[in-house]
Amino acid sequence: MSPNDAPFANPLTDGHPEGSDGTEQMGHAVSGDLDLSHGVALYLEDITVSFDGFKALNALTLSIDAGELRCIIGPNGAGKTTMMDVITGKTRPDSGKAFFGQTIDLTRLSEPEIAHAGIGRKFQKPTVFEKHTVFENLELAMTTDKRAWRSLFAWLAGNERDRIADTLRLIRLDQEAYRPAGLLSHGQKQWLEIGMLLMQDPKLLLLDEPVAGMTDDETMRTAELFVSLAGKHSLMVVEHDMAFIEKLGGKVTVLHEGSVLAEGALAEVQNDQRVIEVYLGR
Amino acid sequence: MRQPLVVRILSALDAKAWTALGIFLAIALVAVPILHLAVPEDSAFHVSTYAITLVGKIMCYALVAVAMDLIWGFGGILSLGHGLFFALGGYAFGMYLMRQIGRDGSYQSDLPDFMVFLDWKELPWFWVGSDNILWMSILVLALPALVAFVFGYFAFRSRIKGVYFSIITQALTYAAMLLFFRNETGFGGNNGFTDFKRILGYGITSSEMRLVLFGLTALALAVTLVLAAWLVKSKFGRVLTAIRDAESRVMFIGYNPLWYKLTIWTVSAVLCGIAGALYVPQVGIINPSEMSPANSIEIAIWVAVGGRGTLIGPIVGAFVVNLAKSWFTVSFPEYWLFFLGLLFVVVTLLLPQGLVGLWKQFKERSGARA
Repeated sequence: MSPNDAPFANPLTDGHPEGSDGTEQMGHAVSGDLDLSHGVALYLEDITVSFDGFKALNALTLSIDAGELRCIIGPNGAGKTTMMDVITGKTRPDSGKAFFGQTIDLTRLSEPEIAHAGIGRKFQKPTVFEKHTVFENLELAMTTDKRAWRSLFAWLAGNERDRIADTLRLIRLDQEAYRPAGLLSHGQKQWLEIGMLLMQDPKLLLLDEPVAGMTDDETMRTAELFVSLAGKHSLMVVEHDMAFIEKLGGKVTVLHEGSVLAEGALAEVQNDQRVIEVYLGR
Repeated sequence: MRQPLVVRILSALDAKAWTALGIFLAIALVAVPILHLAVPEDSAFHVSTYAITLVGKIMCYALVAVAMDLIWGFGGILSLGHGLFFALGGYAFGMYLMRQIGRDGSYQSDLPDFMVFLDWKELPWFWVGSDNILWMSILVLALPALVAFVFGYFAFRSRIKGVYFSIITQALTYAAMLLFFRNETGFGGNNGFTDFKRILGYGITSSEMRLVLFGLTALALAVTLVLAAWLVKSKFGRVLTAIRDAESRVMFIGYNPLWYKLTIWTVSAVLCGIAGALYVPQVGIINPSEMSPANSIEIAIWVAVGGRGTLIGPIVGAFVVNLAKSWFTVSFPEYWLFFLGLLFVVVTLLLPQGLVGLWKQFKERSGARA
């Protein structure tokens, strides 16, 4: 008996990625596989979102290339979080287009479908399984058959162990692999969270203030990690820490009042008169 | 290399645990029968019928405690209605025992005495097949499983959690108790089933039958321990404890908690049913008071006292609390409930990991000193 095969629609699976029931529906909801052939990972055009008349996003147009590392900055209320909500399907835009690759229309997919298509999001506050070891945390996050019946008989294959080991090295936690995650420092928990995100094998990573609460040393090492991830993955990093953004070295987009104010290298953007006004005029 | 399932189940316990389990089974299946049958009654080494019945009964409780630990200790779901599943298993097997009385009842009828008393002329439909031990054994497993599955599906799907879930389980067992109290329900009303005579034609109070039931209970407890150890060490167990600690995070990485909770909940209920079926022939009675809310709360206390989240803890808890109960209810019957309440308060305040946690601390300290 596999209870997961039950045919009834299940409200529980709505709102989380790769739900057992949701997997079935994904075949027709996702219009084809991720197509990065034109070199664009994410494409937003004229996105407008308003809440009670307030335009959180105002004709926002933005695109991120495959393998690019993009930083998003902007004062509070500029629309950074709303933009991430639109990309992950949490908020529907009033108008505009949002495409992942060439073919996947993000405005028509649910959150779990978008996660399944390959967009992973890391929230500000790290949540790891504190009583499980670091290794087990990564094991649980790994893309695999996640139905209850299967997990009873699940056995880590050699290549899966290798993947976990690779990720452990990448997030510099290979020495801590068999320690409970609850004993990690705050910065290490942030890394573990990033590692768990990577185990889900996303093509585009959305990282919301990933170095909040980290020491300077940890911040710099996180920057190195992100730089090493770029190329294989596309990354969108929202951060306030300018030293961190400088270290990342990618293109910077400044959001202001729901649309793009300036875009370019950090030095260019920092000398832009409009950007200075927005930041100093507050 | 992927290990065969049998190897994985066998390796769920380490060498020390297997040795302990082997010793336990050797005592229960070999030593106790010899000491009961072959050693004269006036010898100090004789194991009395009273002792066998008492330990057999407590082993049934220990089995229930392990079942409770699976959902509470590992799944984080506190049930205050596990007495219901225990009683369902007990009633299912009790029906068979009632039919085995045959015409030896007070009314010399083919029908159980309470039906004659109610002036019923034939067996109700749900008693069909109750003279078949195989069919009733299937019901011992299937009834708790069905009730638990249906109840659990709607409760977990509606995301009922924590204290709300506990209260609903409590209400469920209470409602079932009221239902079984009614004579018209067809299970003997408030007297329940008793005066059992035999199983498969053999006298139920004979020494041999008592030893067989005792041995079966020990075996059931041992098998449950091995399967439970495998379950909590499998990936299923890791997801289950992850759901206990951070359910929304588990959903976010793609697991549906509903089926994990429902599986462990149903398994737990079935284990209670087995315990109930082994309990009834040993104590010789089943009545609706087994479904009283207090009984179900007591199960949770055994687990808390022993130490939840460890598999040995609930067994220790069941034995300690019930041995204390046997002594108290003879020596100071009026103080038992006060003592039970005090025990629960002390354990909750001072021993969050129960007796097993205390023992571990003690070992760590003496280890650090040495």
